[in-house]
Amino acid sequence: MARRRARAALLGTAFAVLAGCSASAATDRPAAAPPPPAADAPQPFASTYTPRPAADTAIVGASILTGTGERIDRGTVLMASGKIVAVGANVDLPAGVRVVDGTGKWVTPGIIDAHSHLGVFAAPGVQGHADGNENIDPYTAHVWAEHSLWPQDPVFTKARAGGVTSLLILPGSANLFGGRGVSVKNVPAVTVQQMKFPGAPYTLKMACGENPKGRYGSRGRAPATRMGEVAGFRRAWIDAAEYARKLDAYEKKRARGEGGEAPKRDLGLETLAGVLKGDILVQNHCYRADEMAVMLDVGHEFGYKTRAFHHAVEAYKIADLLAKEDVCVATWATRWGFKMEAYDAIEENAAILTKAGVCVAIHSDEQRLVQRLNVESAVALAAGRRAGIDISQEEAIKWITLNPAKMMGIADRTGSLEAGKMADVVLWSRNPFSVYAIAEKVFIDGALILDTSDPATRYRSDFEIGQPVGEE
Amino acid sequence: MQRRLPVFAALALALAAAAPTAAAQTFAITNAHLVTPGPVGEVENGTVIVRDGRIAAAGAAIVVPSGMRIVDARGATVTPGFVAVNTALGLVEVNSVGGSVDNRTHNSGISASFDVQYGLNPDSTLIPIARLGGITHAVVMPDYDDSDQERELPFAGKAALITLGEGAAILHRSGVAMMLELGEDGAARIGGSRAAEFVQLRQIFDLARQPPRDEYPFELSQADVAALKPVLEGTMPLIVVVHRAADIRQVLRLARDYKLKIILSGAEEAWRVADEIAAAKVPVLINPTSNIPSNFDMLGASLQNASILKAAGVDIAIGGNDGGHRVREMRYNAGLAVSRGLPYAAGIEALTLAPARIFGVADQMGSIAPGKAADIVIWDGDPLEPLTQPTAIFIAGKEQPLTSRATELGKRYAR
Repeated sequence: MARRRARAALLGTAFAVLAGCSASAATDRPAAAPPPPAADAPQPFASTYTPRPAADTAIVGASILTGTGERIDRGTVLMASGKIVAVGANVDLPAGVRVVDGTGKWVTPGIIDAHSHLGVFAAPGVQGHADGNENIDPYTAHVWAEHSLWPQDPVFTKARAGGVTSLLILPGSANLFGGRGVSVKNVPAVTVQQMKFPGAPYTLKMACGENPKGRYGSRGRAPATRMGEVAGFRRAWIDAAEYARKLDAYEKKRARGEGGEAPKRDLGLETLAGVLKGDILVQNHCYRADEMAVMLDVGHEFGYKTRAFHHAVEAYKIADLLAKEDVCVATWATRWGFKMEAYDAIEENAAILTKAGVCVAIHSDEQRLVQRLNVESAVALAAGRRAGIDISQEEAIKWITLNPAKMMGIADRTGSLEAGKMADVVLWSRNPFSVYAIAEKVFIDGALILDTSDPATRYRSDFEIGQPVGEE
Repeated sequence: MQRRLPVFAALALALAAAAPTAAAQTFAITNAHLVTPGPVGEVENGTVIVRDGRIAAAGAAIVVPSGMRIVDARGATVTPGFVAVNTALGLVEVNSVGGSVDNRTHNSGISASFDVQYGLNPDSTLIPIARLGGITHAVVMPDYDDSDQERELPFAGKAALITLGEGAAILHRSGVAMMLELGEDGAARIGGSRAAEFVQLRQIFDLARQPPRDEYPFELSQADVAALKPVLEGTMPLIVVVHRAADIRQVLRLARDYKLKIILSGAEEAWRVADEIAAAKVPVLINPTSNIPSNFDMLGASLQNASILKAAGVDIAIGGNDGGHRVREMRYNAGLAVSRGLPYAAGIEALTLAPARIFGVADQMGSIAPGKAADIVIWDGDPLEPLTQPTAIFIAGKEQPLTSRATELGKRYAR
């Protein structure tokens, strides 16, 4: 109840902001800025994440890609109390700080995957673990990925070995509205609450194209076509706007001290209303350029903003439009051709978009790729160079650090090496755009959560205990 | 014939004038940093002499005949072309578009007799895209159509070796291997249990050794049983897709009992039985990045698979990340294996000479060596690194375009 009231109190102002479809600055902060009527009431499924004990640590002598577009050679990253304290070529080290020699090595922010299904499509991929798609109805804005997430998915550990410190876990793409995603910190945990990124805004997974129409059209129900999908979206937003208006009217009356019965909660419309208000960030699975352009217009029609198009393999065809609309793109370099809408995917996508000024993330959507987003980024870099677009490594590292953090609304807390941010840091054995680079030390909130020189830090999920598992 | 000769000559001259590099398959690559398996090995400042599409000489201190066209590598790395395994190149265009997929059949009368050579499409856009990954040849393999869950289907059929060179004639050799999947998925197709699947396989092999009969069990046709003959005679290798260590042991025993020449594929838990595989002299086709415990067949899947197998003396070939669109990633997969302890030279060999050897064509390809076809790639760096790109690709001495449908699309939209 508290969440709903909090949103309802904000509706009036949020609509005003969204009318112009400008970027909602509020979405980079934790949801709900002004105090809601029942601010003291607990949020459901609240994060119980607690940073691990962390020794104050300085990595010295390494080449640092800061995630802010800079590179510092023979620099120092100083972490204390779980936060980045200083990054630079000349940093004075306080007494008692633990010093890690980074000579010849590289430091980056923790890697962030803006599109993952770890835990909701967990390994082993048996039917009993298929919890990512509530694919019995195209409109499932009411489901939350966190209620499916199995923290014992052994792939979380493997992702950590690839330097991944945060992930956006999304529902699948069978439905027009797939449900809410959840941002997590990649720490060993028993409950999802222990992983939830504290204060991260919620996200809504939407999906265009072949998946929803293929799922439902083949079962004799809507949507069976792309036009059916767009009609489905529009109808849903009409309902959401009405729901939001009712809530707003009720809250205004309540604020004036007038009585009246609160409208009955609707979990799905609550999520959509949260999008209209700008609290919940739209993550839209969409492959084709023409479809993305249509979805942008759906957003204009109903006053919501798409935070990022995911997969978006044809985004390079509308780079200027996406730059103008200030919409991010989360994509791959290597995947293509597995379905018709992925036929025009090219390795140069990220480079073309970056040059046009679009905020780009390289994402995984996959269990193996999440372990080497750095290599995937190198493929995208090389393809850009081949096409005459030379993106610097200082810029390209943002594809897997700062930009996914932006898409998830957590860029004020992680994603780059800046004083005051969470000390989510990776020490690489060599330049991270090399296939040979190994994430030797992974820090999450300053705690050394994985250290290849200390096998005891290699966490085994409960599932792997007592099994004949390999080294990594 | 006599009347046509001048036409051919004129055409050849016209071609030579229009594209002298493509027509002239006689040239020398100089200032090359040769990186190749075989006797030539790594040579800092090497030369390769190509005559009529074949390698005439390679190594250090090679004298270039005067007047020979020279391709100056300027110190760049030069490798043999890669030989991809576990591919469906030429058989698949868009995975979800059934009409463009020819690597499997629902025809219940065709399993072992399924032959990929007849489905090859030389115009597939996947071929130039794979070629840009330095791949000059590929083993094209059949797959299973599981749309009919009731169908008994032991074998997927016969694999072929293709060239990725421009032109219509991509088939290099048909019938290079027979495909069989065992383990969890294989068991689902014959008997529903491993304990049934090995019994049935032995029964099939026993029947195939006997004189032909009118009808066979397990939905096998006469053509299927005939197709198994070379397998049982040991002249056609049997690729066995298998994952679990215990299943690998059963397969090794089956091969011993029937004197089969086998190639393991997948083999995620092979590292746990590496010594037994080495002792049986059985080669393995792997994706070293396959480290997900995707099912109860491969709980031991590990990034160390490649290095442990190689250290035990197993011949390994490294493949890409799917059968078609992502075959080009095989070189990164070799690099990732190297990052986990596989010696660098073994990483290169697993992309080149090892697959050529495993599929019986090491006398023709897989290394830069006199007598072999001039399948050669010049790189702007370490070929296992994603930041590296090929700068020239020769297949049988013919220079290939460095373009694909994907690069053309990029060119149209990049500004």
